[in-house]
Amino acid sequence: MTGFLTAFSGGLGQGAIYVLLALGFVIIYKSMKVVSFAQPAFMMAGAILVSYLTPRFGFWLAVVLGTLGIALVALAVERVAIRPMVGKAVFVIAIITIGVDIVVRVVAGAFVGTDPLLVGDPWGLDTVLIGDVQVQQRHIAALIAMVVVVVALMLFFRLSSTGLAMRAAALDQEAAMAQGVSVGAVFALSWALAGGLAALAGVFAAAGNPIDQTFWVVALAALPVIIVGGLDSLGGAVVAGLLVGVVEALVRAYHSDLFPNLSTNTGTLAPYVLMMVVLLVRPHGLFGTKEVERV
Amino acid sequence: MSTISPQRKSGQRKSAQKPEGTAPEARRSRRVWGRPDLYTSYRQDMAMLNTRPKQLGVLAIVVLAALLPLTTSDDLLKILGTGLVLAIGAIGLNLLVGYAGQVSLGHAFFVGVGAYAASAIAGDPEGRYIGFGIDVVPVWILGGGIAAALAGALVAPIATRLRGLYLAIVTLGLVVIGGYIFTEWRDLSGGAQVGREAPQPVILGSDLTRDGAFTQEQKLYWLFLVVLIISAVLARNVARSRIGRALAAVRDRDVAAGVMGVELGKYKLIAFVLSSFFAGVCGSLLFVANGVFGPERFTLLLSVQFIAMVLIGGVATISGSIMGAMLIALLPRISAELPSFLPFITSAANEHPNIFEVEIALYGALIVMFLLFEPRGLFGIWVRIRTYWKSFPFSY
Repeated sequence: MTGFLTAFSGGLGQGAIYVLLALGFVIIYKSMKVVSFAQPAFMMAGAILVSYLTPRFGFWLAVVLGTLGIALVALAVERVAIRPMVGKAVFVIAIITIGVDIVVRVVAGAFVGTDPLLVGDPWGLDTVLIGDVQVQQRHIAALIAMVVVVVALMLFFRLSSTGLAMRAAALDQEAAMAQGVSVGAVFALSWALAGGLAALAGVFAAAGNPIDQTFWVVALAALPVIIVGGLDSLGGAVVAGLLVGVVEALVRAYHSDLFPNLSTNTGTLAPYVLMMVVLLVRPHGLFGTKEVERV
Repeated sequence: MSTISPQRKSGQRKSAQKPEGTAPEARRSRRVWGRPDLYTSYRQDMAMLNTRPKQLGVLAIVVLAALLPLTTSDDLLKILGTGLVLAIGAIGLNLLVGYAGQVSLGHAFFVGVGAYAASAIAGDPEGRYIGFGIDVVPVWILGGGIAAALAGALVAPIATRLRGLYLAIVTLGLVVIGGYIFTEWRDLSGGAQVGREAPQPVILGSDLTRDGAFTQEQKLYWLFLVVLIISAVLARNVARSRIGRALAAVRDRDVAAGVMGVELGKYKLIAFVLSSFFAGVCGSLLFVANGVFGPERFTLLLSVQFIAMVLIGGVATISGSIMGAMLIALLPRISAELPSFLPFITSAANEHPNIFEVEIALYGALIVMFLLFEPRGLFGIWVRIRTYWKSFPFSY
């Protein structure tokens, strides 16, 4: 039972990282109807930026600065590469984000170097004892950060006029424009939000381990998350993120019992298999709105 | 397309005299002397090489490509050969993405299936890995293609239910799952970082990898060229047939296509199977062309490279796919030459920016640039040049 709970808590921590990433995907999707494949690169760039800022400013200030920095990078990318393509086929924009992803990743990867690169978080691999379960502090921190971000986003979308404008633009761009909402500003803001969220996720994903060139692969698992939750559901992203994180951690923990013949751990595979299963039952994810086709 | 009246009249008169069923096709599709761009029948307009310059141009390119190995150094030939092989895969992806409009990031998986199926068919039965010892070239090429096509048919039931970005993400998942299977099935793939031997290319009892009157690179290059030409003709014929028109209808507006009586599921399945078949043929030759590599090469990066070939070359064009594949295949060589022109780029792997980073960044940058500035790709650039000279000196 303790083993189960340890894996479960680790899964929740990992899931919180997926939630942060998935929220970025969903915010961009809701405003532009595009999946941005550039999120993995922003996550990696965020973690690397924070690890460079930490020695000078201390960890907490570095996280804030790093998040803002990547938000600015995302803003610039949106302005240069994405805005000219608004109105073109969705998949063309999606492919552009793949191109952006590759470029940003290579540029960020050039700063990794040969020395182990650490974000300088205060948690490392330390654990606390809750009941009789060893829970890693970084997982608790990720979970708390996720809850704070989700509440803050909820308040932002519900209460602020900018949030209202974003919701309006997501619902109907033309109607929102007619009411004086600057849809371009909404696009920019959604990219900046997504970039910042990805950078924040990167900090927690990198906590406790050195960053290497394949660090961005973590973020790929956020793609099954948004499919499971539904591309346009913020609540779905939260539920699916935690679900995918927990399923992955449990499969990873019980791999040797489940599949004794397979030597490579099946944990990395679990999110994708879960995605396939969910899609077979519900093609629009658990919470996604069904697409209405107008003839 | 444009049927001129005297022709049609004569045709009608003719068909009135003749019994039903023997349409005077030969007479109706007669070319009018001095007016090479005038088509007098639909068949003429839909012909594979529908103008004289195209016929001559393609002939010239094929002859040049066939004579190239006699004058080119072997290391460059190896790169060009890889480009020819990649072009087969790019043509397959273009059928799916360009003609049928189904965005797939899973092409690397099907290429991998083809590669391992071909290696297994041609492999040594006594060796360490699965092998059946049939090393006749057409057998293992077709075997690789068919194995990949079967994999495509297996995936299609899920894929045809999805559209757009959902499909892209699911096919991305396919690459991850496929990569796991390749790595784990060591008897087939040789395991991570290791890989297994390439299939032996044997034609009429002679092994192409042995240097004879011609070197190994020259003979392999010709083999790849022949397979590419067959594939290109095949794909072009599919594209201009009933299937191709159905795929284009699905791409342009799938609901409208369905209303017109195009069976969506069936044609999406056909697109997936065809595309996977080409991917498998490409994969079967990839080890022969490029040397052996481990299963970790069949990942998202390879899929993105194929997407780049299609987009840089030109969406929904066969010749564009080939141009794009050649450019992508030459990119490592191009970036290796860069340090002599741009001194701030180094060729040392531990300094930045080095040629390996530049190479990968170029994939991304080229995709973004082409989509922003020339969405029709290299083919579009060619069309612009052609139109400029065709209407010279009038630029409009």
